[in-house]
Parts: sequence; C-alpha cells; structure tokens
Amino acid sequence: METKHLLGLDSTSLNDITTIIDTGFLFRDILERPIKRVPTLTGKNIVNLFFENSTRTKISFELAEKRLSADITNFSSSTSSVKKGESLKDTIQNIHSMKMDCVVIRHPIPGSSKQLTNYVDSVVINAGDGTHEHPTQALLDMMSIKEKFGKIAGIKVGIVGDILHSRVALSNIYGLVKLGAEVKVCGPSHLIQRNIEDLGVSVTYDVDELIEWADVLNVLRIQNERMGLGIIPSIREYREFFGITQSRLENHKKEIVIMHPGPMNRGVEIDSQVADGDQAIILNQVLNGVAVRMSVLYLLLGDINLEV
Amino acid sequence: MKYNISENKGYLLLQGGNIYDPYIDLASVGDILIKDGFIERISKYIAPDKEYKVIDCKNKIVTNGFIDLHVHFREPGFELKETLESGSRSAFYGGYTRVCTMPNTNPVVDTPELVQLLIKKSESLPIYIYPIGAITKNQSGQELSEIGSMVKSGAVAISDDGIPVSNSQMMRFALEYAKKFNIPVINHAEDNYLVNEGLMHEGNNSLKLGLPGNPGIAESSMVFRDISIAEYVGGRLHIPHVSSYKSVEVIKQFKDRNVDVTAEVTPHHLCLTDDVLLDYNTDAKVAPPIRSNKDRRALIEAVKSGLINCIATDHAPHAIEDKETDMFNSCCGMIGLESAFGLVNKCLSKEQMSIESIIDLFSLNPSKIIGIEPIHIKENNQAEINIVDPKILWDFEIDHIQSKSKNTPILGMKLEGQVIATLNKGYIALKK
Repeated sequence: METKHLLGLDSTSLNDITTIIDTGFLFRDILERPIKRVPTLTGKNIVNLFFENSTRTKISFELAEKRLSADITNFSSSTSSVKKGESLKDTIQNIHSMKMDCVVIRHPIPGSSKQLTNYVDSVVINAGDGTHEHPTQALLDMMSIKEKFGKIAGIKVGIVGDILHSRVALSNIYGLVKLGAEVKVCGPSHLIQRNIEDLGVSVTYDVDELIEWADVLNVLRIQNERMGLGIIPSIREYREFFGITQSRLENHKKEIVIMHPGPMNRGVEIDSQVADGDQAIILNQVLNGVAVRMSVLYLLLGDINLEV
Repeated sequence: MKYNISENKGYLLLQGGNIYDPYIDLASVGDILIKDGFIERISKYIAPDKEYKVIDCKNKIVTNGFIDLHVHFREPGFELKETLESGSRSAFYGGYTRVCTMPNTNPVVDTPELVQLLIKKSESLPIYIYPIGAITKNQSGQELSEIGSMVKSGAVAISDDGIPVSNSQMMRFALEYAKKFNIPVINHAEDNYLVNEGLMHEGNNSLKLGLPGNPGIAESSMVFRDISIAEYVGGRLHIPHVSSYKSVEVIKQFKDRNVDVTAEVTPHHLCLTDDVLLDYNTDAKVAPPIRSNKDRRALIEAVKSGLINCIATDHAPHAIEDKETDMFNSCCGMIGLESAFGLVNKCLSKEQMSIESIIDLFSLNPSKIIGIEPIHIKENNQAEINIVDPKILWDFEIDHIQSKSKNTPILGMKLEGQVIATLNKGYIALKK
C-alpha cells in the first residue's frame, strides 16, 4: 500500500483502491466459510472511536476486526459533548498512550481524521468525518458494483439524494471517478454543491433522466435532521420528485441495480418493493462492508508476508 | 535573529537612507542624527563622531512608523492570548508605532472608563494605543454604547468587531449618531444567515474538503447594505478586512458615485488563497475566510487603484488549545503584526507598486481614516521612525514572533522586505 492511513478516497491512489477491493474479494470468500476467523491481526490493538452515533458502520468494523483476531476497544461519545468543546486532541492522546496500533474514527467534523494524524503515530482509518468522506462505505459500494458487473470502469453510476451533506456521495465520487466509472448526481438543486462538476461528475435534477441513464443507482438516506431545518419541504414532496418508487422504476422498463448505504427510510427515498426487489443488492453491500473493512485493516496493519 | 527593545539613549546616526515622510512631502537621501530619542539634525551629510552609534541606511527607506487600524490585544479578559504589553512588542517588532485595538475584550470596551483604562495602561508602552469602542453595549446589537463619551475619552472609531450589526436600523442609528463625533463606523460585514456556519470560503476547496462553505456574497451583500445606509445618512463607514471580489465590485459602484467610504484589507486576504486550508490548517481559519485566487486578484487590483485604502492586520492571537482542535471548534483569526510588511511587500512589489506607495498603505493611508498622524520626521521632533529594507529575503520563523500566541499559517514562508529598526517614544527596536 502506498498510503499509511485511510483518510479518504481523494487521498488514496488508484492502485491502493484497486488492491483494497481485490483483497476484499479474498476476505469475502473467507466470510463464506464455516469458520470465519483468521489469525492475521493477532496481537494488534485497535480502538474504535465513535464521536457520532452509528450502528451499521460500527458493527461492521467490529466484526471485521474480530474476524482478523485483533484486540479491540470501543469508545463512544455523543456529538453534543464534542460540540461542547471536549478536546479531540486530549481524548486521542489519552487513548493513544494506551499504545494502540490503529484508530478507527467517526467524528462529526470534516477533517478530524486527517488532523488526528498530527497527534498520533498509529494507523488512522476514517469511518466518516462529518460531511467530508466515508471511504470504507465507498469501497464497499464499489466492491458491490464490481461483484455485480465484473468491472467498474465504464459503469454508469447515479447517486441520488442530499449530495451536499453526504460523505457517502463524496467518497463514492472520488473513488468511482478514479476507477473510470461515469457518475451523475441528482437531488434537490440546493442540496448539490454548486461547483460539483469540477470533481468530474455530471448533474441532473430530474430523477427520471437519471434512471434512464444509469446502470446502478446509489440511493442516499434523507437525514431527518435536514427535514427539521426546513430545507426539504415535506416527505411527500421529496418522494414525488426524488423518491425511487416502484412505479417510477416500472415506467422505465429497464434493468437497474439499486444500492443504498443504509439505514433506509422506506417510503421516503426508496420504496419497500424496490429495496426488497430483485434488482437491489443492498444486503450484499452489508456483507461486502465487512469484507472490505477486513481488507483495509489487513493491508494497513497486517504483516504482508502472512498468508490470508 | 536577535531582537530587543531598549531605551534610545545617546547619539544615533542614521546614515545615507532614503528619507520618506509623505506627511511633509519629504523625499531625499541623507543622514539623521538622533539624540536621546529626539531628532537633532537632518542633513545631506553628517560627519560621524566616535560617540555616535551608526546604522547604515544605504538602500533603505527611513520613514514614519506604521499605523494598524485593526488589532486584538485581548486585554482585559484574555491575557492568556495577548496583553497590551506583548501585543505592543509584537507591533513594535513589525514597525507599528500606533495601533487601534478592537473592543471584543471581557468586559467589552463599551464605556469611556474602559477607553481611559486602556489608554492609561499603554502610557509606558513603546507604541501608542487607540481604543475602538463598541457600537452597541456588550456588542449585543441591541442598544447604542456611550459613543460620544468614548470618543471624548480617546476612542478613534466604533465597531462591534467580529459581530456584525445585523439589525439594519441599528446600523443606521450608529452611522447617523457617529457623524457628530466625526469617527468612522466599522462593521464586520457578513450576513450570518448566508455564512450558514461556513468554515472556509465556498469554492472548489471547500467542496474537496467537505467543509461547509462561506460564500463571498455573505460579505458583499452586507457591504452593499452598509454603504447604502452610509450614503443615505451621510455617515462615515470604514469596511474592515475586505475579502471577496464581489465586495470590491460593490465598493467600486459606490465610489464611482463619489460616496465617501474607506476600506482595509489584511495581509492574509491579499497574499494567500484558500489552498492554505487544504490540510485542515486551523491556523488559516479566519473570519471572513481567505478566499480564491480570483478574489485575491481583485483585492490586489483594488489596492493598486485605491479602492481599498490601506492594510490592516486583524492581528488575532489565540492560545494553542484554541487552534489545536477541529475545524468547527477552533477559533477564527491569525496573528499578523510581525509578518505584515514582509508579506504585503513581497506580494505588491511584484505588482508594479513603488516602495513608497506600499509604505503609504501602512502609514499615510490608515492615518487619514482615523485622523491621527505619526510625529513628522523633522528636527527637534521625537523620533517615530522605521528603517525599512525593502529587498531583504527572510524566512518567517517562530523566533520572529513577539506575540504571546503563535497562530499563523505564515510560519515557514519566505518574506521579502523587513522593518529592521523602529524608533518611538524614546525606545528603539533593532533586528540584527
């Protein structure tokens, strides 16, 4: 690996991204075995620092760590205490003095994982930093696309939802563009960065146009917090213009793969029939999430001479 | 580099400098003999004597002390970050002999008593301190402060500093009321709704970093409001730290109609772009934010054309823990007094500006805005003099910082031009 940390896909090379995804498939095979545990990271200490609520990502990282036989410590702190001015530096230095090999961090402020590398010399893995990046989510999304299509280059990926506040969207854009996929984003126009084309993606505000164009749709969760700010007029209006509904898909009469990073708001951004339908690979994404996180941990922490 | 401030006793001969005092139209090459801090003689040539200490000023500019309209010395209330004493040392090091302090202390400088206290406490310092009083009590935006009494006590302007006067009617009251006292009203021009918790300039870099952006229109829309009110009521408005090209357009629009408005720019807005934040460098988090190169180019053109009158540092010291945190929780602001001239001169000397016109941005132009002049370079006057080496290249390092705080992204940068000695109030600061 060229990178020491996984902070984001913007700062990760094409080679590293490809290696992580390819190695992910090896771990995916291990996950299909009756005994899913390998001794690869025996004796390595990993701390999961979650300064923001998370269920899925946290469990996925924990599973990945356990299946690699690492020793793990969990630390959770709510968003509010961070905003009260709890010093990130102090928390981290305390935990670091307990001699950790790796810090997996989720934090509400963009850049926090990058800044963490100033204070500790262990490997840092970004599990989501505010509205910036969520690299392992994008890696598992890309792995799922590769699993489905056998390749990523040339695949047309539509991302729909609140692009502006989505770290999933940003990491996917960085990764997919590097791997040669075509990316089009769609959502309410005030929830898309005004200069997002500079990242090499196209934009549409018309979800039907997106469906007609795309091979895969990555449907983002509409966060309830945004609703409270009066930014989205109502759930029914959102669903009418941007929801991936069963009837909308039927109108298009085409095959399209549906992804969702979860947790889903059924009946808001995605209909239950779509989420549970044949075209959805949402549960594969969950399994690939564990595999790709095992891959990241192994590549950044493991002794490369060991057999997987 | 050694630096010390000492009392300027005995004879000091400034030899062969380009003497430049725009206040009295003085521009000639010659010698200045100073005795016990006072100018004894100015002449084409003064023969050195063995009891004279001599400073070779060949190819250097001997000029007036600099004036900064915008500093934060944090006293009273935040002495951990800066004090009047440490801030003065920092200013003196940078060539400043007179500075205006912002009122966002604790308590806020919103009464004549506090203005008097600051002036009294600064009597023994090597520079002159001019307090700026708050526009509204406790910077709350709700009730006007005792502006008249503060001015009578020595305040030279009013400002609520980093807190914009959001209530437009309050801004009108302030601009109208301040007319009687002939002082400028300085309003931090940002529409907080449009700022929308933006942590840096909204542009390609904020997109890349996933940070909420603060657009240039958050500033320019309030600049438009403020000049409109000032024009309507005939008030005196001074716009602090202009940062966006849109604001420059607005200022031009009004100045083309001869509306009397003045503006300042900071060295960091003029010389840096938001690339400096690419590593989430909290030292470069300032308000308003450092913007794109397009904005920077517009600011440079505005300085050259006179749309922007002067340089002001917005020297904003913060403790280590205020900056060694995440982008959201870190404080806004950077120190600037020690690096201001070297940074600005480096930038503007490449823009076909003469050294004299660059120096004017630090002395003549700001002094016109608050109506205060340094002591002229004339025989029998106390020496308030800078010796400027316009060509020297130097690396800005932590040893150059006299401020109690070290928060600046300029550290490690190469600067061009330096104030090598400053004389004021009987003191001399000399760099060797």
